[in-house]
Amino acid sequence: MERTVRGKVAVVGVGETPYYKRGQAPDPEFKLALKAIIAACKDAQISPKSVDGFASFSNDRSDPSRLANALGCDDLRFSNMQWGGGGGGGSGAVANAAAAIATGMAECVVVFRALAQGQFGRFGQGPRSNVISGSGAFTVPYGLMSPAQSFAMKVTRFMHDHGVNQEALQAISLASYHHAQNNPRAVMHGRPLSEEKYNESRWIVEPFHLFDCCQENDGAAAMVLVPAERAKDFPHKPTYILSAVSGSHYRAGASVHNTPDYATSTFKTTVPRLYDMAKLGPDEVNVAQIYENFTGGVLMSVVEHNFCEPDGCNEFFTKENLTAPGGKLPINTSGGNLAECYMHGLGLNIEAVRQLRGESSNQVPDPDVSLVASGPMVTPVSSSIYGSEATL
Amino acid sequence: MSYLNPGLPQPAPARDGLDEAYWKAAQEGKLVLQRCKDCGAYQWGPEWTCHRCCSENLTFEEIPPYGRIYSYERVWHPVHPALSEQGPYIIVLVEIPDRDGARMVGNLLGDPQQEVQIGAPVRAVFEHHEAEQINYTLVQWEVDAS
Repeated sequence: MERTVRGKVAVVGVGETPYYKRGQAPDPEFKLALKAIIAACKDAQISPKSVDGFASFSNDRSDPSRLANALGCDDLRFSNMQWGGGGGGGSGAVANAAAAIATGMAECVVVFRALAQGQFGRFGQGPRSNVISGSGAFTVPYGLMSPAQSFAMKVTRFMHDHGVNQEALQAISLASYHHAQNNPRAVMHGRPLSEEKYNESRWIVEPFHLFDCCQENDGAAAMVLVPAERAKDFPHKPTYILSAVSGSHYRAGASVHNTPDYATSTFKTTVPRLYDMAKLGPDEVNVAQIYENFTGGVLMSVVEHNFCEPDGCNEFFTKENLTAPGGKLPINTSGGNLAECYMHGLGLNIEAVRQLRGESSNQVPDPDVSLVASGPMVTPVSSSIYGSEATL
Repeated sequence: MSYLNPGLPQPAPARDGLDEAYWKAAQEGKLVLQRCKDCGAYQWGPEWTCHRCCSENLTFEEIPPYGRIYSYERVWHPVHPALSEQGPYIIVLVEIPDRDGARMVGNLLGDPQQEVQIGAPVRAVFEHHEAEQINYTLVQWEVDAS
């Protein structure tokens, strides 16, 4: 028997809270989680009481048992956390939820992420302790302590190896900000970005300007997953999971920047499994949401999902190629983590579903296949592919 | 004289003892890497088992204090209050030749605006710190012109 989740699970509801700059949410994190889940259930026109599973990632603080209690869920069957990788767990949480449904462990699973950096502290700041030990002792005292600093070193090496110009990173940022101008949910809606503004923005850490870095936000997002045979009982156009995988290569977790294959987004070993399960290749992908912690990670993710050769980045990464509706590979069509909201990348999965429904604010014409890459340069990373009914 | 302004978290040996030998050696001006006594593999950072043969029979071996710049970054935005007046600084990732690809992180001494060449030879400089509670040594790097 073929072991796969392909076509066995459908996404029938998506929802989110309003998205806020960090510290500006009027609600605490747990209440944000509840609001997003209720919004996703409303989108699916189901009662939250019928949710029987929860899957999240990056040590989300909103405990499923408390959620099930608050929502009055009748029967909790699946309580799951993707271990490690931060935002690299976004599609991994989808994979875990899909696996639970495909194997009969649960019937209606919510994938969610809630994040109030105002309430619980910012991702982009260094530790405040007087003493540090463990692997951090080999980096933090040298001023290497933030995500941007951890990843710039990989990107520098990749750009050096393949002669990639700064304009490639700029194009990724311009595409996200361009899309955000059509998306009223986007925190950067009404704040367009030009080449000049990008070039004049301050360096955070070379090669990242300010606009190469994701935002820090407050909010929550959620998706409702059910068995595929129930997909047509819900109000929206059915959207099926064709593939969802996670993982990382040999010794990706070696500390102090010692992974043997260093200048990578970590997708080299997961992507063959992704496309194999989906039974399609990159040429059949109509639109992609590529997690931007930093633009340099998008660069390597697009290469490692086989959309572009590593030595062809300067030609491929142009604003024209990356923007909807007509670009060669429209990416981050909601504005993504850079310009819609940094909801740790779960918003990218929601946008992938909206594209297949025909409900994106930057709609690609009649897409059948929609891809998400979650959390480049960490370990583990994950990816997911969604398809229309025609792909089954 | 330290490369970065004072006030960052100070490194301390892990309480489980895993890396104590490294920090002691650094204070004595020696650069060490972890090595498997059974299969001979080098590895960094320290771990309880050898990644190649799973042996627990590991030691810390002194190595020549030289390497090559594998990658680097120039940091501008301070993410810690101690660095608010620092200005730009350079972090290098140094590959140690002939040691199974082991790499170490440090700062590149000299002008923070200098042009950095990937592949350039560097040598270790031991930066000793006397702190209130613990003394420690950071291993920094400078371009090796010789």
